[in-house]
Amino acid sequence: MEAEFLSTMALTFKLAAITTLVLLLIGIPLAAFLAYSKMRFKSIVETIVSMPLVLPPSVLGFYLLLAFSPASTLGSFLTEHGIRLAFSFEGLVIGSVLFSLPFMVHPIQSALSQVPASIFEAAYTLGKSKVETMVRVILPSIRHGLISGIVLAFAHTVGEFGVILMIGGNIPDETRVASIAIYDEVESLNYAMAHQYALTLFVVTFAILLLVYTLNKKSFGGIR
Amino acid sequence: MISVNINKHLDTAEGPLDAHFSLDIHEGEFLTLFGASGAGKTTLLRLIAGLEIPDSGRIEVEGEMWFDGARRINLPPQKRSVGFVFQDYALFPTMSVRQNLLFAAENAEQKNGVDELIELVELSQLSNRLPATLSGGQKQRVALARALVRRPKILLLDEPLSALDPAMRQKLQDELSLIHGRLGVTTLLVSHDIAETVKLSDRLAHVEAGVIKRLCSPMEFFSPQSLSGKLQLIGEVLKIEEDFPAVIVTLLVGSSVVRTVLSSAEASELRVGGHAIISTKAFNPILIPLP
Repeated sequence: MEAEFLSTMALTFKLAAITTLVLLLIGIPLAAFLAYSKMRFKSIVETIVSMPLVLPPSVLGFYLLLAFSPASTLGSFLTEHGIRLAFSFEGLVIGSVLFSLPFMVHPIQSALSQVPASIFEAAYTLGKSKVETMVRVILPSIRHGLISGIVLAFAHTVGEFGVILMIGGNIPDETRVASIAIYDEVESLNYAMAHQYALTLFVVTFAILLLVYTLNKKSFGGIR
Repeated sequence: MISVNINKHLDTAEGPLDAHFSLDIHEGEFLTLFGASGAGKTTLLRLIAGLEIPDSGRIEVEGEMWFDGARRINLPPQKRSVGFVFQDYALFPTMSVRQNLLFAAENAEQKNGVDELIELVELSQLSNRLPATLSGGQKQRVALARALVRRPKILLLDEPLSALDPAMRQKLQDELSLIHGRLGVTTLLVSHDIAETVKLSDRLAHVEAGVIKRLCSPMEFFSPQSLSGKLQLIGEVLKIEEDFPAVIVTLLVGSSVVRTVLSSAEASELRVGGHAIISTKAFNPILIPLP
């Protein structure tokens, strides 16, 4: 029982960590696009990014399940190349990334749009490329937005239930994460175990958020 | 020699404007772009820096073509040797004073010059401070020093002193003048402050509605009908009060307020906020030194 508890918790945080890392890598360019682009189809992208905020998780999970199934074009293409996404950890990562996208993108986007244009221009007139300006000047100065995005995306992934249930099911060491385990234990009237999962999630997320807010208060010099 | 001859369509607060800037700037010169806001002064600086692209024309700097509409040449800002001081200073918030300057340096020689620049703008004591902890005047000095790190061919100053109080403004004007004298960098300043313009510039370009209307020395511009032995002061009209049959006009000359009585006819062309020349005839001015 104890080993199962630990492996479930480990899988939960592994999923959250990988999801957050992937989101950070795609979230920064996406947020920069949304903050600075003047393209006409921008509002469409903006809408798609925000959809998970209002859409029931089961809707996203349902369509992902259809897309991943070997009967679909994408699913059969993936199966041919030996990739199985439905009821697998990799599938969960993709689902979580899509589902937590707005939680990473929105804080970064709002922090970026508060950086005065003259900061970019000053770096350009000092001979710095767009990429160097972004990495050395802009990202450090919006670190509050980055930290918010990381924490929210991480916490949201830890707390995710609907999407995972739809596309992942309840396979130990593969797709059985803590939120699913709680539901499962309650179903089998095993309240003590459910409580152990629930309290652990409660304490860990409280500790992470408290740490972030304390650190945030102590740092100076960024653009808030 | 920097020669600018460019066209640019602008959408200003007062409606669309077809700007045409034609200007030759001599090496080492301090030239001020003077004019009302919305005339296109800042745009001209941004066009020279490459932050905005002209519709057509040419910008040539010491034999190097920065922009040529006909030959489709347009160097990005990164490739143009400019130092730009922004109105809001644009300091990098997570870097200390020293790091802001070091960030600008391209090579070891420029890195070594950083300390000297920090000393030149009197910021040695504050070199490890973050911009957020500095006063407006101090931030301005950092911005100026940072713009000079790369030894630019032209220094572009966009109303750098407009956000400062009068005392700090005067101090920085003196420093700017000193630094320009020391480094001899060709400088283009945007200003609508007469005192600043007269004090700092070799020449003045009067910009009006996107066109350079006049190019002359500041004294020639501000006291056109100069006669020898005549005292002339330039003041800003603060208040015009009807006091029949006369009109009392209050002006700001330097930092002192002067009141004078005019006839209604004489006062008819004055307006509050405008500038006027005060001159006296026939008398020798008396100068009494102040303690």
